Amino acid sequence: MSARNRELFALIPASLLLTAGFAAVFIQRDELLSDLSLTYGLIFLALCLAAHLVLRMTLPDADPYLFALVAVLACFGLVVLYRLDEQLARDQAKWFVVGLLFFTATILALRHDHRVLERYRYVIALGGIVLLLLPRLGSPTNGAYLSFSLGPISFQPAELAKIAIVIFLASYLRDTRQVLVVGARRFAGITFPPLKHLGPLLAVWGTAMGLLFVIQDLGSSLMFFGGFLALVYVATNRISFVLIGLALFALGARVLYAIRPTIESRVDAWLHPFDPELYNQEIGGSYQVAQSIFTQADGGFFGQGFGQALIRLGNETPLLPAAHTDFIYAVITDELGLMGAVAVLLVYLLIIERGFKTAMLATDSFSKLLATGLTAVLALQVFVIVGGVTKLIPLTGVTLPFISYGGSSIVANFILLALLLLVSDRARREAVA
Amino acid sequence: MNAPILKLFVLVLVLFGALAAMTSYNTVIKAEEYRENALNKRPLIKQALVKRGVIRARDGSLLARSVKGDDDIYRRRYTPAAERFSHALGYDYALTIGRAGLERSRNDALAGEKDELTSIVDGLRGNRKVGDNVVTNLDPAAQKIALDALGDRRGSVVAIEPATGKVRVMASTPGYDPSALRDEDVFERLNRQDNSPLFNRATQAGYVPGSTMKVVTAAAALDSGEFTPESQVVGKSPIDVSGVPLSNFSNAQFGSITLTTALTNSVNTVWAQVAERLGDDTYARYMNRFGFGSDPPLDYPDGQMLPSGVYDAEKQEPIAVDSGRVDIGRVAIGQERLRVTPLQMATVVATVANGGMRMQPRLTSRIVDADGRTVERIEPVKAQRVISQTSAAQLTQMMSNVVREGTGTAAALQGIEVAGKTGTAELNIAQRINQPWFVGFAPRSKPKVAIAVTLENLVGAQGGTDAAPIAKQVMESLLR
Repeated sequence: MSARNRELFALIPASLLLTAGFAAVFIQRDELLSDLSLTYGLIFLALCLAAHLVLRMTLPDADPYLFALVAVLACFGLVVLYRLDEQLARDQAKWFVVGLLFFTATILALRHDHRVLERYRYVIALGGIVLLLLPRLGSPTNGAYLSFSLGPISFQPAELAKIAIVIFLASYLRDTRQVLVVGARRFAGITFPPLKHLGPLLAVWGTAMGLLFVIQDLGSSLMFFGGFLALVYVATNRISFVLIGLALFALGARVLYAIRPTIESRVDAWLHPFDPELYNQEIGGSYQVAQSIFTQADGGFFGQGFGQALIRLGNETPLLPAAHTDFIYAVITDELGLMGAVAVLLVYLLIIERGFKTAMLATDSFSKLLATGLTAVLALQVFVIVGGVTKLIPLTGVTLPFISYGGSSIVANFILLALLLLVSDRARREAVA
Repeated sequence: MNAPILKLFVLVLVLFGALAAMTSYNTVIKAEEYRENALNKRPLIKQALVKRGVIRARDGSLLARSVKGDDDIYRRRYTPAAERFSHALGYDYALTIGRAGLERSRNDALAGEKDELTSIVDGLRGNRKVGDNVVTNLDPAAQKIALDALGDRRGSVVAIEPATGKVRVMASTPGYDPSALRDEDVFERLNRQDNSPLFNRATQAGYVPGSTMKVVTAAAALDSGEFTPESQVVGKSPIDVSGVPLSNFSNAQFGSITLTTALTNSVNTVWAQVAERLGDDTYARYMNRFGFGSDPPLDYPDGQMLPSGVYDAEKQEPIAVDSGRVDIGRVAIGQERLRVTPLQMATVVATVANGGMRMQPRLTSRIVDADGRTVERIEPVKAQRVISQTSAAQLTQMMSNVVREGTGTAAALQGIEVAGKTGTAELNIAQRINQPWFVGFAPRSKPKVAIAVTLENLVGAQGGTDAAPIAKQVMESLLR
């Protein structure tokens, strides 16, 4: 069976899941089970089919599972959002259309050879930095400059910037990886990379980190840094470079911890979420983390069922804040239990596996590094938010890719998917030939 | 570059494994602890989203109901009639100050908490969860008479139906208005108030029982076979009890008299000698059978009941009566370090009235579902046989004498024979601060009501003149 036919079949479960999910929410709401749930399923299926046709025409050999797996996540997110607030689900559905347009545009623009991106690496890097600077013009939410508004649309530039930075790093490291290894010096038992070749790299990366520090988006900062280390490691195969990076990060984190009260309070909330004083603190307390844990505890092994989680009372302040964005994983855990949550994690793992597989199949260094970097930041994003929500690490707000509500997140992640598929198509075609 | 990519994937696997492990920790391993965390209001909110059942008095009058707010939360509303039953009823303000009384002990029924299977079946049938209603045994008319009779004095009245253990009256003064507790500040203020209005004196107050304890002593004496109502004991005063002289009231002197006479005239020295002859082991056995030493088996929260018995004054702990550290002669006449609740003393006389069989006291009559079907009828439950029917009949005869011609004449009813015993515990002889008591039951032949009445720290008060008349009024109301 051809790759695209396999993809077509793999889309069936996604559509079934969506239809069944909407039906479950309808039943829970004691509404008559109308054909509306089927309509939603059909519309979504039509969207998926349209994207599938684009892939069939443009990237016939691309990985058959990536898009189908993303569709599962996307429809899953749509059901959970529908359960939280119908309006959110409608908006999100519109964003999917926009996301798929960007997805198609990316593929169409780069289908001949995505490696043209290398040529524009400094432009792309600069674009990413400018994007990160934009929110500083607006007002902060929860002490962080996460988004800026363009008319009615609020935009989180870090989502797009992560792709720009990965493209830059992949392209730069392709050029310099050999020199980085050859020119390395051993000093005091540790291998140090040659500074002169690391300069531009550190400069761009440092600017991004600095800006993140300025706009105080800790989650994205963690994600960027992890992606940077992953790429340096894969490009050079030197674990010592990673260790040096981690040491620098630890040092930087220690300094930030001392001078930035936001970070300190995040760590306190992580260590002592049930401390009554922190819990009742108006701003920057542990209320969110504690509520997230309580929400998950209600889920148990099998969950309470769709629509059963206690999120808000009437029109009062919700018990669980940001249920549709940062804490959507807690809602999923409450309603579908440990089983459902682990299933979601497994879908992400499968996507990541396909992403790394693509990187391994790719024949040129840039494609390898690009696929690795994109997959790594996606994995890290999931880790940062799920880790924060489950209290594995301090909470920093990033979206859960393809599931959380948010236009910029959807658009950026669909562009990320498009790039992975572009790399995959070329790699698999070359592998066959 | 494929080797490092593979290693990177392994790292991602480890990280995701940690995510799954942490999710298991939150949802399964530590879930119970998180659900019970004091900061976690979710379980309480979930209960508050269910329409809680109403509580009714015996005559069907409404005491408590739930009203849904704009936020979908049901909040408790108490009727004016509920103020009379504030202690027995308790309150349900689970999201602020908590729950107490029947609202707490019958919470599962009121909140509609069913067993797993029933909930699943209900869920599949599309039934909305709704709480069951609770009908109590409490009698509003008699309760009102008891409260009016206590007036602004601190005290308590407990009336029980001897054959079934149904609690007809549970009065404790001062009381409070359960509706007012909706305001947390009111709760805090009442909680600090000197006269402790939130405290249920009927079940929580440990009072010195005085001569009412002689009913227990007489029961032990007769049932052990060592004595009969006609047994003769010399009632001279004072006598030496545990090395300390013990006198009769007004130092009255008696010659060799029967136990019947000794009860009628409440002769301390006779009953002290009787108990000393029975010994601590026997005496302790009868106390335990009457229910001393443990929480009463009432459908009421454990935290709101005090076991009656001899207490170590410093440690505030109960001491075993047969431990050898107790002056049994003085326990027999209700002195020593005895602390008893009005509910315990009502149980003692109810047991005698019921032919020696102690019944478990019950505030609840039945649980009714939202459609009016009786889900559970609270049947009478035997707690323990305390004394034989013969002993009970002999003791009843002796106690009738008390009301007919002894210290308890003020409790006598027109045309109905009452059996009883008065008590006056002298708490501070210099300031004449007393704790007056009356315990008894009526009608003598086929008892319908057993009662305990006591008043707290009253100057110059006597059981016969202050407590007995209250008992009379309440019994009259219940026998009407």
